[in-house]
Amino acid sequence: MSDNEIRTLIAQAIEENDTILFMKGSPDAPACGFSARTVAMLQQLETPFAAVDILPDPRIRQELSAISSWPTIPQLFHKGELVGGCDIVTEMYENGELGEALGAPKQAGPEAAPAGAAGAQQAAPLGIENRLS
Amino acid sequence: MPSADEVKSRIETGIPGAAAEVQTYDEVHFDVVVRADAFQGLSRVKQHRLVMDIFAGELGGAIHALALKTEVPT
Repeated sequence: MSDNEIRTLIAQAIEENDTILFMKGSPDAPACGFSARTVAMLQQLETPFAAVDILPDPRIRQELSAISSWPTIPQLFHKGELVGGCDIVTEMYENGELGEALGAPKQAGPEAAPAGAAGAQQAAPLGIENRLS
Repeated sequence: MPSADEVKSRIETGIPGAAAEVQTYDEVHFDVVVRADAFQGLSRVKQHRLVMDIFAGELGGAIHALALKTEVPT
C-alpha cells in the first residue's frame, strides 16, 4: 500500500466515524499510558468511538500527523475535527466539556480523569483496527 | 538538551505577551503552562499548536515529551 493510499484511508476513517481515536494498541490492550487514559475517559462517558491502532505500520502515524499537523499520539477526532491529544482531552474531561463536545450520553465531570488500565474491557464499538495495517 | 529556562524563553519569544511556567526533572520531559492573550478565541487544539510549532522537529527528539496546558489570562 502506498503512503498516499494510507493517507486516503485515514482521511476516510476520520470522515466516516463521528468519534474516532488514533492510539497505540487497541482499546482492549492499549500499548501506552496516554492512549489507555484517553480510552478510559471515553468509556467513562459511554460514548461510542472507533479506534485505529497506529503501531502496525509507522506510515500510519506519519500520514496521520501530516493530515492533522499534530505530532503526538493519541489523537481524538469528532465530526472530522481534531479535538486534541491526551492533555487536551483530560482537561476537557475534568472540566466537563468533553461529554458535551462529543455529544456523549453521560456528561460526567468535574472529576479526576480515570487512570486507564483497568477500565478497558469493552470492545471497540467499531472494529476497524486492522483496516489500515 | 534544553533547560527549563530555555524552553520558557523560547515560548515567550515565540508568542509575544505569553507567560510560561516550565518544569522539568530530566531536561527531556517538560511540564508547561502557558498563558497568553494570543489564545483568546482559539480552540484548545489551535492554542496548543501555537506552542508546539515553536518546537517543531524537536518533539520526540531532544524534547521527548511536552505536557502542555494553555490558558487565556483573565
